[in-house]
Amino acid sequence: MTDMIGGPAAPALIDGPALRAGLEWVSRRAEAFVIPLTALIVGMALFSIFIALLGKSPAQLYELMWRGGFGSWFSIQNTLSRAAPLLLAALCVALPARLGLVVIGGEGAIVLGGVAAAAMAVAVAGAPPFVGIFVMGIAGMVAGGIWIGAVGALRHYRAVNETISSLLMAYIAIALMNHLVEGPLRDPASLNKPSTHPIDPAFAIGAIPGMEVHWGLAVGIVACVMSWVLIEKTRWGFAARIAGGNVRAAQVQGLPVGPLIVGFTALAGSFAGLAGMIEVAAVQGNANASLAAGYGYTGILVAFLARHNPLAIIPVAILLGGIDASGGLLQRRMELPDATVQVLQGMLFIVILFSETFYGRFKIFNPDLWKRSA
Amino acid sequence: METTDIGLWGVPLAILGGAIRVSTPFIFVSLGEAITERSGRINLGLEGILVFGAMTAYAVAVMTDSPWLGVLAASGTGACFGLFHGWICKFPKVNDIAIGIALMLFGSGLAFFFGKPFIQPSAPDLPAIAFGGWSSSPQVQAALNINVLFLVGAALAVFLWWAFKNTRAGLIVRVVGDSSDAARAMGLNPNTVRLLATGVGGALAAIGGAYLSLYYPGSWSEGISSGQGLMAVALVIFARWNPLGCFAAALLFGGAGALGPALQSVGVTQGYYLFYAAPYILTLLIMIATSSPGRSLAGAPGELSITK
Repeated sequence: MTDMIGGPAAPALIDGPALRAGLEWVSRRAEAFVIPLTALIVGMALFSIFIALLGKSPAQLYELMWRGGFGSWFSIQNTLSRAAPLLLAALCVALPARLGLVVIGGEGAIVLGGVAAAAMAVAVAGAPPFVGIFVMGIAGMVAGGIWIGAVGALRHYRAVNETISSLLMAYIAIALMNHLVEGPLRDPASLNKPSTHPIDPAFAIGAIPGMEVHWGLAVGIVACVMSWVLIEKTRWGFAARIAGGNVRAAQVQGLPVGPLIVGFTALAGSFAGLAGMIEVAAVQGNANASLAAGYGYTGILVAFLARHNPLAIIPVAILLGGIDASGGLLQRRMELPDATVQVLQGMLFIVILFSETFYGRFKIFNPDLWKRSA
Repeated sequence: METTDIGLWGVPLAILGGAIRVSTPFIFVSLGEAITERSGRINLGLEGILVFGAMTAYAVAVMTDSPWLGVLAASGTGACFGLFHGWICKFPKVNDIAIGIALMLFGSGLAFFFGKPFIQPSAPDLPAIAFGGWSSSPQVQAALNINVLFLVGAALAVFLWWAFKNTRAGLIVRVVGDSSDAARAMGLNPNTVRLLATGVGGALAAIGGAYLSLYYPGSWSEGISSGQGLMAVALVIFARWNPLGCFAAALLFGGAGALGPALQSVGVTQGYYLFYAAPYILTLLIMIATSSPGRSLAGAPGELSITK
């Protein structure tokens, strides 16, 4: 190490262990950026061909898409509003995934979280706004947490497959919501669109100061950062990652696999429940069938695209929100159907999920293999 | 007096008729999913394939004036989507569940994209056979007006049940689904078998979609599917991967769906949403009762990712 410091500059730097270590550091991390970005570009190129075959201009399309999603303060706010619910919905998939579980029923937790929050809002109507919002948030999180936590418990204690049970429970949750919203909890004043009683206006979650985006965005970002810290920086997260890699090894080590699974799935579900609560308190003003808007399903894809890394969920959700936000502009300017953005999203998802197969295939991203080839 | 009698009998009759009408797409999608899952892979993208199949069938029927050409075209596009899923999932580390959900979005997106011009025009319906001619009651006649595709689906269920047990192709699919290693030892390529099984599954799912747009409800719109493609996954587990079970389960799921409107017609306006959930609750209970940490779900293909 010391002899290199005084050596001739250029050759020493190229051969230098410090530089080498730096290169290794970069190349190990580069894979996680290069592969998804390449996949993104390939997906957009494929979509360009699709658009060109229809006789429209891909250049104009992407120009409009940029303008509609990110080109102005107005469009950025639109994008962020659409990204907000996806953050929490994606966490509902990403956290169990670190334990090796594929949970696809976040929609159920969102729906029940919204209903529970709306019901509690009516129960505590008239309370100070802070108390009301807090109670609604807790209600949503408890409902969602119990719902997805049950999926985790069934998985661990009864070996019931979590993918299917969460899907089944999502359908049960939606039926339960429809029953409650059209029956016991229905506001008789809601005629065409059955809803619960509206929440106390004081409990409504407003916009972040200086923006038109509601606080749900900030909550989602905080939840993503906290989840990242939990997984990467705490011993529970470490234990969860070990259990996700190899359950037997974790059990041999004496790790509490059962409580870990139930705890992580319950936390994941409570995030989804919180998404439902925010949808009620910031957007709808009551609980109704619009809660089942498909955020739970889009969240699955966001989590997979982010490779279940909570921090990566933030840019992925914003990208998808931006594509979504540009739909109206594409429709007006290029006379393309509103489903255009859905086709693009589907194409991007497929290409990026396919790119998963290239991880670990390239020597350049794996410094341990450099020596052998040199 | 007359009307109350019909009103009382109307409920079971409406459920029966509704079950037959509503269950047909379930039969096709679940048989398709059963073939795919028996080969050891799961395709959650059948929902997208079903919607695209509904659009294709409707568009072709409008243009050629023949509903059967529409069904044929739908099954062709469905097979293409299925083959695509089968091909892309053969690569290592590609998650079949996630690809399925992406395909669900892509297939329905593409259907809405190309289907816009076909929302207005009307297509010829698939023919139905009136089995209720012996009765003078219009309700009985309505309930027993059975579409040809329902009969085809019933025959297909019996055929597949027989074929899985008694044919070489059936054996090959089962071997590949139960153990990739055993299949390789027999000189079979599991990826090829799964590719074909997913392709056939896609074609059947698209026929289910064609029934939706060409018979019941009988028009093309963006809300044509109420999630039949995704529900089929639950249905196949409920049926324990048995084609005859799929047929029975499809009738049950269809009947549960028809219960709501039937009860509404006699004045029950609350609580029927819980009946919609009944098949899912039942499936979940069966899974809880038959799974245990020691073994996988009885009757499940060994290579299926969701039961390992």
